[in-house]
Amino acid sequence: MGVEAKLGDLGLVTLTLEKAVNWSRTRAMWPMLFGLACCAIEMMSAQASHYDLSRFGMELMRASPRQSDLMIVAGRVTRKMAPVLRRLYDQMPDPKWVIAMGDCASCGGIFNNYAIVQGVDEVVPVDVYVAGCPPRPEALIHGIITLHHKVEKEKLAAHA
Amino acid sequence: MSGLDEALNVLRTALGEGVRTVTDFRGETTVEVDPARIVAACRAVRDAPTLKFTRLAGQTAVDYWPDEPRFAVIYQLHSLEKGLRLRLLLRLQGDAPSVASVVQVFPSANWHEREIFDMFGIRFTGHPDLRRLLMPADWQGHPLRKDYPLGYEEVQFTFNFDEIDRKKPYAKE
Repeated sequence: MGVEAKLGDLGLVTLTLEKAVNWSRTRAMWPMLFGLACCAIEMMSAQASHYDLSRFGMELMRASPRQSDLMIVAGRVTRKMAPVLRRLYDQMPDPKWVIAMGDCASCGGIFNNYAIVQGVDEVVPVDVYVAGCPPRPEALIHGIITLHHKVEKEKLAAHA
Repeated sequence: MSGLDEALNVLRTALGEGVRTVTDFRGETTVEVDPARIVAACRAVRDAPTLKFTRLAGQTAVDYWPDEPRFAVIYQLHSLEKGLRLRLLLRLQGDAPSVASVVQVFPSANWHEREIFDMFGIRFTGHPDLRRLLMPADWQGHPLRKDYPLGYEEVQFTFNFDEIDRKKPYAKE
């Protein structure tokens, strides 16, 4: 028994296909189970019961890139890890989005040296940058909501 | 420190003039040896029944650039049986530094020497598998050398933001 039984006949709702598709994409955006450094701890915390990412239809961290829509790059990316990261990104089915979580993933953070990629946007296209070292779970959730707003404005033709 | 006196006796007997200097600092003994004799030195202190330095606790290198001899390779030895610790040290010239591998004496030196080769470019002759350990296989240069550049991207401030942004290699879709 759902809301329609309580309220009676609600009639029709008209909206564009684009809106319906984008709405459904934001309500079940599965992130990839992929933590690189200390930011991953905050990502796990955001996922756990206290902050509860499942409120946004994200209760499943997919262990396979082939089942994920969202890559949260949580932590510093070494130059040795960069090809692996790019390969995982390439294995994700379209449409796909990337959040650079934390200063290291966004711009290299405090690690301006030979080993660390200076911003993961050198390897994969990033949609949302979340600042912080590490960002609190609220900040990550804000980043995800920001991404949702971005997805809701997307044109279907852009992914064709 | 009778145990370490014994170690010096063993080293002097085995190497003769190969023992260059002996330094004591806060109870830690460092013996500088001739680079050509390092395998003999390790074997001597490992096999002497009064010492039994059977464990290579660590092996590392230091770059003293621009001094010459430029590199030092350091062997931290530990005798589990006698409770002794001894540091062996050798110095190498900066051009094409190379020294004999001690993998035959201490098998645990295998990855230590690979890491030293990776980070400092010191070649260990006789090593069974001298490949890079930490950096990607196609990496150019040896990052822990003093003349290696510190970072590869200039720090972005307000005044040079656009200039550095233009040079940044952004990923394509």
